[in-house]
Amino acid sequence: MELLVFVLSSAMVLVGALGVIAVRNPVHAALSLVLTLFGVAVHFVSLEAHFLAAVQVIVYAGAIVVLFLFVIMLLGVDKAENLQIEPFPVQRWLAGIVGLGLSGLLIATIVRGRDTLAENEPLPASGDDNIRALARNLFSDHVFAFEFTSVLLIVAVAGTVLLTRKTSPAEKAAAAEHAARLKTSQGQKAEL
Amino acid sequence: MLAAIIPTTTYYLVLASVLFAIGATGLLIRRNPLVMFMCIELMLNAVNLTFVAFAIRFGNIDGQTAVFFVLVVAAAEVVVGLGIIISILRRRPGATADDLAELRG
Repeated sequence: MELLVFVLSSAMVLVGALGVIAVRNPVHAALSLVLTLFGVAVHFVSLEAHFLAAVQVIVYAGAIVVLFLFVIMLLGVDKAENLQIEPFPVQRWLAGIVGLGLSGLLIATIVRGRDTLAENEPLPASGDDNIRALARNLFSDHVFAFEFTSVLLIVAVAGTVLLTRKTSPAEKAAAAEHAARLKTSQGQKAEL
Repeated sequence: MLAAIIPTTTYYLVLASVLFAIGATGLLIRRNPLVMFMCIELMLNAVNLTFVAFAIRFGNIDGQTAVFFVLVVAAAEVVVGLGIIISILRRRPGATADDLAELRG
């Protein structure tokens, strides 16, 4: 039963991941990403991380992918990309070699270190107190990091507002005037 | 016989490494900045999967706390990154990652 769940959710994860990198339309890539994220959430459930599975669905599939889709629609880049164009001729082959080599090396390492993992017996399932244990750990051992993430979120929001703000016409005129003044002063310096 | 096999930590680690490699490959071959961001999300998810697998393996909840922080940082990163992409693509529509080789606006 566990093996069946593992195989099915792994198939979801891998099909979704391949869809993200192989589909031409960005909207379809975002929807493939949802498939991958749901597969990872199923893995979290079978690994007894119930809270993280819920957060994975709510934050990743609910917020981040929606943000992706929102930006795709906002910018109107939802037309299919031509994947035939290759600015660097060997880039795709090299990327394939890098991907295969990376996964090969990682899997070789894992398989070699398998005995280390197998030494300890699998621990009994923690049952229903996953959220309680996570909360106790988060608010006792990692409370400073938790508070700092709030600072991070504030900085990210403020920075994004600043980045995407459209400059008003008055500010644009002021900037142009400043540039012109700079140019004339430089010209005077050059004459001197 | 097949049903008796219970997926161990090794299975999850292998799956996570394949997912990470797919994400890295996608980051290298795709030229649309939005899709490149999605590939970064794939790689982050692969790492999250290893964190949770090791957390349950060693009975230490710290791994799940780390995943929690990765989620928060990923959300912040997506917000800032998409802001940058919006301000770039507003100036030059249809720009790919290769068109952005210079920092000049």
